[in-house]
Amino acid sequence: MKNWFKSFSLPQLVDALLPVLATLAALFIGAIMLLLMGANPITAYSALLAGAFGNSNALADTVVKATPLLLVGLGICIAFRGGVTNIGGEGQFVAGALSATVVGLWLPEQSGWLVIPLGMLAGLLGGALWGGIPGILKAYFNVNEILSTIMMNQIAVQLMNFLLIGPLIDPLQLERSSRIPQTARLAHAFDLPRLAPTRLHLGAALAVGLAILVYILLWRTTLGYRIRAVGLNPHASRYAGIKVPQHIVLSLLLSGALAGLAGAVQVYGLHHRMFTDGSATGFTGNAGFNGIVAALFGQLHPLGVIPASFFFGGLLVGANKLQRAVQVPAALITTLNGLVVIFVVSSELWRKKRAQQRLSAASIAPPAPQREEVPV
Amino acid sequence: MIGDLFSARVIIGILASGIRLATPYLYAGLGETISQRSGVLNLGVEGQMLMGAFAGFYVALTTGNLWLALLAAGLVGALMGLLMAFVSINLQAKQGISGIGFYLFGLGLSDLLFQKLLGRVETVSGFAPLHFPWLSDLPVVGKIFFQHNILVYIAFALVPLTWFLLNRTTLGLKIRAVGENPDAADSLGVSVSRVRYFTVTLGGTLSGVAGASLSIALLNVFQQNLTSGLGFIAVALVYFGGWKPGGVLIGALLFSMVNALQLWVQTLGIPIPSEMAVMMPYLLTIVALVLAGQRSQAPSALTKSFNRE
Amino acid sequence: MRKLYAVLSIVMLVGVLLSGCGGGGTGGNAKAFRVAVVMPSAINDLAFSQSMYDALVTIQTERGGAENFEIAYSDGTFVVDDAAAALRDYASQGYDLVIAHGSQYGSSLQEIAPDFPETSFAWGTTVDTFVAQGIENVFAYEARAEEGGYVNGVIAGTQTESNVIGVVGPIETGDAKLYVDGFIAGIQAANPAAEVNVNWIGSFSDVALASEAAQTLVNAGADQLSGTAQMVVGAVGVAEENDVAWFGTQSNQTSLAPTVVVANQVYDWTVVLDQMFDLIEKGTLGGQAFALSLENKGLLIEYNSAYNLSDEAKSAAEETIKGIVAGSIAVNVGE
Repeated sequence: MKNWFKSFSLPQLVDALLPVLATLAALFIGAIMLLLMGANPITAYSALLAGAFGNSNALADTVVKATPLLLVGLGICIAFRGGVTNIGGEGQFVAGALSATVVGLWLPEQSGWLVIPLGMLAGLLGGALWGGIPGILKAYFNVNEILSTIMMNQIAVQLMNFLLIGPLIDPLQLERSSRIPQTARLAHAFDLPRLAPTRLHLGAALAVGLAILVYILLWRTTLGYRIRAVGLNPHASRYAGIKVPQHIVLSLLLSGALAGLAGAVQVYGLHHRMFTDGSATGFTGNAGFNGIVAALFGQLHPLGVIPASFFFGGLLVGANKLQRAVQVPAALITTLNGLVVIFVVSSELWRKKRAQQRLSAASIAPPAPQREEVPV
Repeated sequence: MIGDLFSARVIIGILASGIRLATPYLYAGLGETISQRSGVLNLGVEGQMLMGAFAGFYVALTTGNLWLALLAAGLVGALMGLLMAFVSINLQAKQGISGIGFYLFGLGLSDLLFQKLLGRVETVSGFAPLHFPWLSDLPVVGKIFFQHNILVYIAFALVPLTWFLLNRTTLGLKIRAVGENPDAADSLGVSVSRVRYFTVTLGGTLSGVAGASLSIALLNVFQQNLTSGLGFIAVALVYFGGWKPGGVLIGALLFSMVNALQLWVQTLGIPIPSEMAVMMPYLLTIVALVLAGQRSQAPSALTKSFNRE
Repeated sequence: MRKLYAVLSIVMLVGVLLSGCGGGGTGGNAKAFRVAVVMPSAINDLAFSQSMYDALVTIQTERGGAENFEIAYSDGTFVVDDAAAALRDYASQGYDLVIAHGSQYGSSLQEIAPDFPETSFAWGTTVDTFVAQGIENVFAYEARAEEGGYVNGVIAGTQTESNVIGVVGPIETGDAKLYVDGFIAGIQAANPAAEVNVNWIGSFSDVALASEAAQTLVNAGADQLSGTAQMVVGAVGVAEENDVAWFGTQSNQTSLAPTVVVANQVYDWTVVLDQMFDLIEKGTLGGQAFALSLENKGLLIEYNSAYNLSDEAKSAAEETIKGIVAGSIAVNVGE
């Protein structure tokens, strides 16, 4: 125990807490805005804390919110380590959720032991398809992935609207004049096990397990080494005999698969059906974008994304509680959210500087600093 | 019914709509092109557009002076750009992420200001379509080219101007140098951060004007999330255009005209699901890029922060 | 700079910790009737969400202000997951009625309502109260948007000279589909020769595309336009610019284009809310479905007095309203 503590110096602890400190600084600006709107910041922020971490229900909600962020964030780690910018998480999430829902609707009588794994697999495949297409377009047709993933997001939304209004609509809704665009509820046998009375479901454990797997993939396998090599220097990788195009496709495909799985988990763990409000956001909760932020908060390290998504998920859940407690427009929450992202991403500079100071302060010649710059 | 698509009325309509719809993409896309050519990816365009759209709308509504409103939109966009520049140049923040932050910030703040300062959806009399003597009354050509508001013409005029700035001026040379090889530019005495401050702020200004081209010219209203993802499409079009002003123009026109086309497909009652029609511009933008083949390379230093060692 | 940053952060941290985790919660008068509403869009969207918020404020004024009638709201809650958390939270704070003002919130509500048997919930817009699933504390409400749509359609069909009429809609479901179907049925009843073009733009937020869709419909010859959902605010301007008649729904849109707005179907949710409050005060917490209709005056056709509506069109509209109320005109859509 003593040794464990010794291995962490104070500066390292400060580094680890840097995102938290940056968040507090952003919330400080938020406090001024709250005051301007006539709300008490102390009441507001205690509601935020209580809403995110105050009791078992709040904690469960935070974890439920964090689960898709973690899964998407893991995919983002792979993509960005592999040198590609995946901002198609929303579309991949939807593609995965749709595939998983179809499996559940298609096999209503089967056992959950069969359908749940099949549904997760379908989610992985749906997301892999939606991520793989931009991958192929980039690797073989030189189509930039920022462009194609933005476009693929919109295509996924329209496909979802088409399916939920038409072929996949809940038969019950066909009898109603209002025709709510949603599928039937999946069989209760397919619900992921849940820690009643909270909403905490097994998806969180699955996501944490996958974080470890992604860590092993990226840092303990040849494949992971190659993906990172292509990300760091495609030209050198080519000379070293790595097939660069295949690895670009693979990075985006794996990244999409994890976002797709997040969609599948959202269906089987939380909503038990698919629905649309015309955009993707109602269903995805912006996980495709927020997952990018969580991945960055976690330094693009699969294990770092675990606490990062928990923290960011808590912030999202707590901020909504804040809105209810002091009755300010929801727009303030979005503004705060943006400020937090800006402050946290800016605080990176301090961490980098401290790392450099430590390196130059070390008496022994430091090893050649590993280039960890990723193209974000 | 499909034959109706080739009637003069439809073709004129598509061309005129395409030009109108391309306007916000042009402002935002050209600004983003300049910023990216200097090595800074600004994903916060959407947030800057929303802030500009609100600022322009608010000033137009309260003062009635449209040029003042346009100035306000540009200034607010510039301010957002300046913040983005500070964060990405001085604080060396990862640009893709800080851009998402600025998007959320602009999305929320524009809505908050709208609710606090106005509180309800209103209209403003914005830049009206111009009427050129003789030209506007020409058959076909008049309808397509000569019945737009002034901001449409300024947007198209900015295409050659941006090209000129990037390719024929010393400043343009510096911008490109900073975007391709900041170390070399630095050793030749070019201030990398000053150039990037300029480009990112200019990009923000143009995004602000892009927002105003909606709120005080094309739509004449402001509403929460008025731009609805337009800013992200504008960023995508920069990649489509291969970081060239002419390419952005082609991309903006193609995307807008296919969008206009899908509206006609629905209007004429051509029996395909509306969702498939709405999908068309997104799909065809990708397909067009695949068919055309993309030869231009991204600026080498894009997204890389510069650290003078 | 860094020090300042750190100091500020610590001050904040201490402030937050000192204040404890008491939780907010609005105290309020014990006797007051307390309503909470969760809505997908902004309370000033001049459409669906605003219609509900305005109704609650009206009732609050009627009942003597916040002393007797407390309103809590969460607007812009388009993320369903967040809406579910809000519904659960309001219920656990003891609100008398918790309104889920979005059809996409239904599956969440179905899971939440049984956990709070003492709380009354309402879900719109639908007819489903989950009684079949053994849930007794959910009211359902909807607007028979097709009725006002039909009336608007009759006026448009009577007025049109080009015999081409255009409609802009978001996605082909729910309230929007009902309205558009009713509008088309009304046009066909009044003027079978008229052609109706519909553009579904695939979004509730894309104001620019809605506006261009309206322009396209005008180019295709439409001299009467209508549209539904919050993104049509841009389309109203196009109608005005082209001097084309506009028919509104959900809220009164006359202020957006005073010269061309003919009539608006306005939702007055106070009609169903008052019924719900009465039932709740008498101890019935759910199980009934309500609908705004022309008959119960929950749907009102508000004409624009500045618009020069022909006597023929006006009397056709009035006859239609009477017919729908009396049941002699059946607006059968959506089935």
